Amino acid sequence: MESTNHPAVNVENLVVNYGNVRAVAGVSFTANAGEVTTVLGPNGAGKTSTIEVCEGFRVPSSGRIRVLGLDPQTQRGALNKQMGVMLQSGGVYPSARVGEVTRHFCNLYGKSVDPEELLAQVGLSELRGRSWRRLSGGERQRLSLAMALAAQPVVAFLDEPTSGVDVNGRDLIRNIIGQLAKNGCAVVVATHELDEAERIADKVIIFNNGKIIADGSLKELRQGRDEIRFRSPSTFDSAELSRHLGLEVKQVDEYEFLVIGIADAQRIAALSQWMANVGAEISDLRAGQQRLEDVFKRLTGGDQQ
Amino acid sequence: MKLLISQLRVELAVIARNGEQLLVIIGIPALLLLFFSNVDVLPTGEQSSVDFLLPGILALAVMSTAMVSLGIATGFERSYSVLKRLGATPLGTPRLILAKTCAVGVVEALQCLILIIIGVILGWSPNGTSWMQCVAAIALGTLAFAGLGLLMAGTLTAELNLAAQNAVYLLLLLVGGVVIPIASLPSGLQSIALRLPSGALADVLREALTNAGSHPQSSWVTLCLWAFLAPLLASRWFRWH
Repeated sequence: MESTNHPAVNVENLVVNYGNVRAVAGVSFTANAGEVTTVLGPNGAGKTSTIEVCEGFRVPSSGRIRVLGLDPQTQRGALNKQMGVMLQSGGVYPSARVGEVTRHFCNLYGKSVDPEELLAQVGLSELRGRSWRRLSGGERQRLSLAMALAAQPVVAFLDEPTSGVDVNGRDLIRNIIGQLAKNGCAVVVATHELDEAERIADKVIIFNNGKIIADGSLKELRQGRDEIRFRSPSTFDSAELSRHLGLEVKQVDEYEFLVIGIADAQRIAALSQWMANVGAEISDLRAGQQRLEDVFKRLTGGDQQ
Repeated sequence: MKLLISQLRVELAVIARNGEQLLVIIGIPALLLLFFSNVDVLPTGEQSSVDFLLPGILALAVMSTAMVSLGIATGFERSYSVLKRLGATPLGTPRLILAKTCAVGVVEALQCLILIIIGVILGWSPNGTSWMQCVAAIALGTLAFAGLGLLMAGTLTAELNLAAQNAVYLLLLLVGGVVIPIASLPSGLQSIALRLPSGALADVLREALTNAGSHPQSSWVTLCLWAFLAPLLASRWFRWH
């Protein structure tokens, strides 16, 4: 078994151009074995281009890329044996059957993975005779994941693994991804869904306009950004509340307010007490770490200014 | 070897499930052979209809499998990212091409068997047939048509590819000396038809099967040129995804 927490993916100064369009503008990052690294960003931010370079599908315009110490362009054969891949869509001939595809991919990787066990793991045993054409979006994603697992991967690149998947399917896919990392695989997941990243990521890399604007653990990205969020239909002096709490108070919506910085029991009590004293109503109170969505908005907003 | 066999099995399963494609590659040549052997409308001269038709129909069968069937399937595989996904497995390009070639070979063997049986029933007999030449001609024809099919599949979008494959098939069927003798085409068309791969393949097959080729030597040269050039162009321009 691979020892964990060493960089399995190493990208330095990657540039990808499509004609005159610069899709990826000099990014550098690493992804460690035994961790789920989530590559986040809006559509068109350069996520898929970057991942495709790591997978060997795309030739970089410049930069140095190593996956498991291998160059994805010149040492593709060696890399393919150890790499699990989930494409954003497609990858299977529409008339091919679930069982047939799973068996075929187990044969291709030759890792003596039992196709039946694999189907059971992704919850498709009952559908082994169904063609890809007749699968729902979620079932297709699960088959696609099984194809990646057939490699018993040391490194896995999963592009939008839960897009179009229902709630139960999402849980199943997240559990498998977590298990993969626990077994020492370096899992790189590209997604534009922030709550997805929030649930699975050990490390988050945020792309925007072809550049990396944040790279760190969720904890690091949220540091000093705890918050208390509440709603109130009443009129009150938020500047006075801010002075009272010693923290910034921001009105984010007509009735929604945000206390930024610290979200401990003391501040919650002080907030409630102050609101009661001025006769203001308070509801939907939520305290804790800042949501990744807000981290993302803050960072992308900051980038645009 | 296990990888190759696994890929070949998938290729054959996909072909076998594709009903309309099977109709094109087996049904149409068999129907044309049956129809034109029984309805005397073709200007085949002194030759019996079936003697003239069988070599042309075999050429048509090679064209339908190696070009149309392979080309359309590969075009869709490209647009469904099947080739891309296979590109990230240990299969490798040489094994993928070999598996596709073997699948084409299996289907062609089946077609030839069916068509020759129909031919014999209709009165063709293998007098003076050079089977070695037949196999060589079919192998060269396969290279030429697979090259053309993959050239279209690897450069056009799936829908455009589908249209182009069928259009070229129809064109080569009509003016390529397959069912209509090249000698009965307008003189301007004749010189073009002689240089088309279908005309060349039909002519060398006619020579091999019934010793009735019109210009067998130049047809062999033409066929060899196509068998060399078409795969070369396909490998130069083919895009995997």
